Amino acid sequence: MKAFTVHRGVTAPIMQDNIDTDQLIPSREMKRVSKSGLGAGLFAGWRYRYDGSQKIGPADEFVLNQPAYRDASILLSGRNFGCGSSREHAVWALTDFGIRAIIAEGFGAIFRMNCGRNGLLAIDLPADQITALQRFCEADPQTHRLTIDLKNNRVEAGDQHSFAFSIDEADRHMLLNGLDFIDFSLQFRDDIDRFAEAYRHQHSWAVLPATPVDD
Amino acid sequence: MPQTLFDKIWDRHVVRNLDDGSSLVYVDRVFLHERTGGVALTSLAESGRKVRNPAQVFATMDHILDTYPGRGDATEVPGGEAFITTMRETAREAGITLFDINDPRHGITHLISAEQAITLPGLVVVCPDSHTCTLGALGAIGWGIGTSNCEHAMATETLRARKPLQLVVEFNGELANGVTAKDMILYLIGKYSASGAANHAMEFRGPAISALEMEARFTLCNMAVEFSAFTGLIAPDDKTVSYLAGKPYAPAGARWDEAVQNWRELKSDDDAVFDKVLAVDVSDVPPTVTWGISPQHAVAVTAGTPELESADTSEQRAELTQAMDYMGLKPGQPLIGLPIDGAFIGSCTNARLSDLRSAAAVLKGRKVADGIRAICTPASAQVKKAAEDEGLDQVFTASGFEWREPGCSLCFNAGGEGFGPEERVVSSTNRNFRGRQGPRTRTHLASPASVAAAAVAGCIADVRQYQEAAT
Ligand code: SF4
Repeated sequence: MKAFTVHRGVTAPIMQDNIDTDQLIPSREMKRVSKSGLGAGLFAGWRYRYDGSQKIGPADEFVLNQPAYRDASILLSGRNFGCGSSREHAVWALTDFGIRAIIAEGFGAIFRMNCGRNGLLAIDLPADQITALQRFCEADPQTHRLTIDLKNNRVEAGDQHSFAFSIDEADRHMLLNGLDFIDFSLQFRDDIDRFAEAYRHQHSWAVLPATPVDD
Repeated sequence: MPQTLFDKIWDRHVVRNLDDGSSLVYVDRVFLHERTGGVALTSLAESGRKVRNPAQVFATMDHILDTYPGRGDATEVPGGEAFITTMRETAREAGITLFDINDPRHGITHLISAEQAITLPGLVVVCPDSHTCTLGALGAIGWGIGTSNCEHAMATETLRARKPLQLVVEFNGELANGVTAKDMILYLIGKYSASGAANHAMEFRGPAISALEMEARFTLCNMAVEFSAFTGLIAPDDKTVSYLAGKPYAPAGARWDEAVQNWRELKSDDDAVFDKVLAVDVSDVPPTVTWGISPQHAVAVTAGTPELESADTSEQRAELTQAMDYMGLKPGQPLIGLPIDGAFIGSCTNARLSDLRSAAAVLKGRKVADGIRAICTPASAQVKKAAEDEGLDQVFTASGFEWREPGCSLCFNAGGEGFGPEERVVSSTNRNFRGRQGPRTRTHLASPASVAAAAVAGCIADVRQYQEAAT
């Protein structure tokens, strides 16, 4: 996983509550049995114009299509970002597009975990701080870039604002060091082996036979 | 120390508590589907890892396959067939059990997991699908995860997570006629918002929960994720035990007795402390329908869209306006009488046998209104067969409903079949998100009987008028 220490980037506000993962990437954009190349489907319902269900061009008014925000790498949003479907494609679409961090007033639980697994930083801030950041960025998106410092847990808006945030310590450790989370857990393989054996003994009713059951 | 039901299940699965505040939690079952299962298994193999315990991993096809009669691997979803064939190949290579298309046990994952008793009370069950919380109705931790975590679960038999906070919802009182578990959960979300249970695992309990049959409990738990809960669960009771008895993967003989004894302990202690407590008197719950683009936009069917003045802040007002624009509605507009284009009865929320019966009771002797596309996809092959055995398919088709094969179908649009732009659909599913059932399609969530009533009326209707007239 790509390590995250300090990142400075253009920040696009998409100030809505409950942006669900169907909006982040509609199901119809998940076309290949793959984790890659999903950036084109990011916000597809909002980013393109349609004739019926055919895409006919970009929707110019959508924030990520505006020249000032096209190279955005940070998103600002409202409450409960990434709620809904568990599709990790939402995170893959965001990272493929170039998004490194999302600052919102809370996240869907599965989405937040998916972010952590893919080096995407999900930061919770209260509404008033998000509004302050939004004002700062909107004043001049290209030069008013936000800096996210994961080493010191701070979001900085030039010399105007500096807000502290906290994220799950486990996620932070993985992100700062760019660790593979499966390898990380496999260092406890012996614990898992011991546990599994004791568990199967104690709850033998919960254990499935090794051979398939026929109906 | 007194424990909640969730504590009891969580604690018996903790392999190790880590310094960073997370825990490695043992996982009993993993259920895959073709949307992400092939990706997860391929990625696992590419990283040189193996499925640690193939006996505990299952897969089915539900998300991408078509539901037309006679369907096979070919699907209208662009590129969809590759998802199906990859699922099949990777499942075989990994040595896991696949309930393939046309297997009599086939269906939507959360259905099969229960019907086959793959999920049992007290287990931790994961699936790369957010509605895995459905299985909480059996008193298991049903945990929806992403693809990466799914690989983690298969490679390590564990997940690493921080224990969530806990919420209990007490449902008291008795349901009125025409009101179902679907209305209960929509009412709850409408009252406390779509993020009402954020960061919390949620238990449902109280006399109104004990009174619910198993199928209704699945409906209730299914939508815990729409309330932003980590999961939703219900303590196992006699109904749970008799539901599971004799099912294919249920333990047998002495192990069954041991299991049942174990399950009897699976309830929150009387003095267990929750981080949050909510109480609902279900006699206040009306037949409920959503008007907007979030499940929190739920109101009594007899009500209308909200007035903008009801919003406290300008942001909330903007949110309401945006939702109404999308739905083609105005503030204060009544819902009853709103013309519809489609009606859908399906999904892991509301396409079990009792759901189909309740819809059929409305449809019997009636016709779907002209110009309305009405579709029913039973949620599993078993449900479909049971429904056909009692002639429900005849009632559906005689009324003008299409009778389909099991699968997720029009619950979500994967690029294949969908409803059209700006078409208004009343649906027994769980998500009214923008574009969920087709690009720019307008979805109103409701109970299956309410969907049937709307199909017959040609507009959003009060189901009680159709139930009373029918008896
Ligand atoms: S029926 Fe709908 S909600 Fe249920 S698993 Fe399928 S797509 Fe998800």
